[in-house]
Amino acid sequence: MSQARASQSADKNQERYLAVYRWMLLSRVLEEKLSSLYRGGKITGGVFLGRGQEALSASLGTALRKGDIFAPLIRDMAGRLAFGETVLNATRTYLGSRLGPMRGRDGNIHRGEPARGYYAMISHLGAMVSAVAGGLFARRLRGETGVVGATCVGEGATSTGSFHEGLNMAAVEKLPLVVIVANNQYAYSTVNARQYACADLVQRAAGYGVPGYKIDGTDPSACIEVVHEAVARARAGEGPQMVVADLLRLVGHGEHDDFNYMSHALKVSPIGRDSLDVARDQLTTAGWATPAQLDAMRDQAAAEVEEACGTAIREPLPDPNTEDWCAIHTRRLAEGNQL
Amino acid sequence: MFQNQPTTRASAAITYLEAIRAAQHKLLTDDPRVFIYGQDIADFGGAFKATKGLAKEFPGRVLDSPISEDAQVGMAIGAAIEGMRPIIEMQFADFSTCGYTQIVQHAATLHWRTGVPCPIVIRLPSGGTAGAGPFHSQSMEALYAHYPGIVVMTPATVEDAYTMLLEAVEIDDPVIFCEHKYLYYHLKADALPTVALPTGKARVARPGRDATIATYSAMVHESLACAAELAKEGWEIEVIDLRSVKPLDTDTILASVSRTGRLLAVGEAFPWGGVTAEIVARVATEGFDLLDAPPMRLNAKDTPVPYHPNLWGTHRPTATSIIAAMRRLLKA
Repeated sequence: MSQARASQSADKNQERYLAVYRWMLLSRVLEEKLSSLYRGGKITGGVFLGRGQEALSASLGTALRKGDIFAPLIRDMAGRLAFGETVLNATRTYLGSRLGPMRGRDGNIHRGEPARGYYAMISHLGAMVSAVAGGLFARRLRGETGVVGATCVGEGATSTGSFHEGLNMAAVEKLPLVVIVANNQYAYSTVNARQYACADLVQRAAGYGVPGYKIDGTDPSACIEVVHEAVARARAGEGPQMVVADLLRLVGHGEHDDFNYMSHALKVSPIGRDSLDVARDQLTTAGWATPAQLDAMRDQAAAEVEEACGTAIREPLPDPNTEDWCAIHTRRLAEGNQL
Repeated sequence: MFQNQPTTRASAAITYLEAIRAAQHKLLTDDPRVFIYGQDIADFGGAFKATKGLAKEFPGRVLDSPISEDAQVGMAIGAAIEGMRPIIEMQFADFSTCGYTQIVQHAATLHWRTGVPCPIVIRLPSGGTAGAGPFHSQSMEALYAHYPGIVVMTPATVEDAYTMLLEAVEIDDPVIFCEHKYLYYHLKADALPTVALPTGKARVARPGRDATIATYSAMVHESLACAAELAKEGWEIEVIDLRSVKPLDTDTILASVSRTGRLLAVGEAFPWGGVTAEIVARVATEGFDLLDAPPMRLNAKDTPVPYHPNLWGTHRPTATSIIAAMRRLLKA
């Protein structure tokens, strides 16, 4: 490689890494704010955070493009923001604003904007795998190429029939689907030894006939490289790709959960690292950013989050008296109490 | 009511099953958004041949799925979000329980939650036939009708099988299309209709003044046989074909009961809850004063659907058991 090209490639890597870091940071700052709103009693229902999983999620969000399909799961704030969700819309859903995409009809992580390819998860794990595959199938029927669909699950979801059916079907159809498995060691409180019996979940990829990738989910540079490669391969027509990342959930299942069941040994092990700290080290060591620049980015993220929360918290809440209590789109076929 | 306008020679009788195939053929021809996904439906043409020849005529749009009902429905939901009009064939209604999560949790909630409609049609070959047994005979309509966000169609005639399937694909919501396997070959019409009653309107299948039978799907024909038999004794039994169970045309049922004063609700499904219970509850709460006798229900027995014809013939309502119930109602 010529010196000029090597330098160009390094610039690109630096740019990509900084973009990922920005989303990681914005996600972290927003989630810290949501946690504090929850503790202050301002959020009804659950708050589910992605602390520790930001590198993986942001890597995926930045690998996807406008026009792709993305069905995140509960610890994907970073990926959601990178895929174009605004801080305001994320906050609106948590606070129940009538002006948010879910309008108080659904909350917290059960949000999306499906009209632009950002699907809204249901709580039934694994269910989004086949839905994203269906979206990709539709795109293919319409003759669109170069589209990728991605969905995230945890190791717990890999135990569901939906996960199996969805990935198998996508593999049969050779759809450009990327499945990211965040193996965060606990499905709520259940440890991996009670969840699966294979040596490593990435072995399962072979059973579906799809390429499997294994990464350290606490290492942002590994996440960026591998996830972007998997997405590029799917985009190039190489069929479904499965990425398994080992990491640790650095929070409870939700903010209601003190996760006292979590092993201390895991917390102090390498997968217990905070990927945001690792990113900061990697960026400063590479000379891609100074600590002062990274601090300034945090201040900027905090200002953005404060502004969005200040707006969302003043917005109108759903009103049962003016709510449109009609579950179907075809109003002439509605029946029951709403008529 | 629909009018028969022959589109083919009158001598060429069309079965209920052929009407379903013809509707799918028309949908695939007219609407590029339509595709069909199900088990054994492509080159094989489906377990009942409802898609016979369609894969060849519409390449890439009639596809075999793995044995994965959950993924079949999930796939349809994603495709619908992207603007397609998928039709999912369940090989038997009974197997739709394997796709239940995607149907009632995902498809049914999508529009309410996100504002994006979910126009999918799921065809359920429903109901009992001799020898089919516990897992190939069930009537699932009530399970789906229970959930907000779903339309449930239960066509009883060749004409409705055709026009309601066409309408199902037009509807911007998930539609469960309960097509009755017993009617597949038993029912014939001279021609396919070009005009139809809209979904949500029940049909007076036989007018009468002494009692009302409110029913749907294959039980319409057992009820008509009951009415014909009792007519020999001078009784005039009105038979209402509900056509869809959700929406349920309560107005037409109440109007009938206001004329007859007596109600028997007949269904092939299990007795606990369900469509007949809903009918009786609505008439009791909205039309109690119209009744001259306590309303009655007749359903299948509260056991799995039996295999042997000797048992199956008694497990589900038939003209004979409907006549017996009706005699009790007329005396009440």
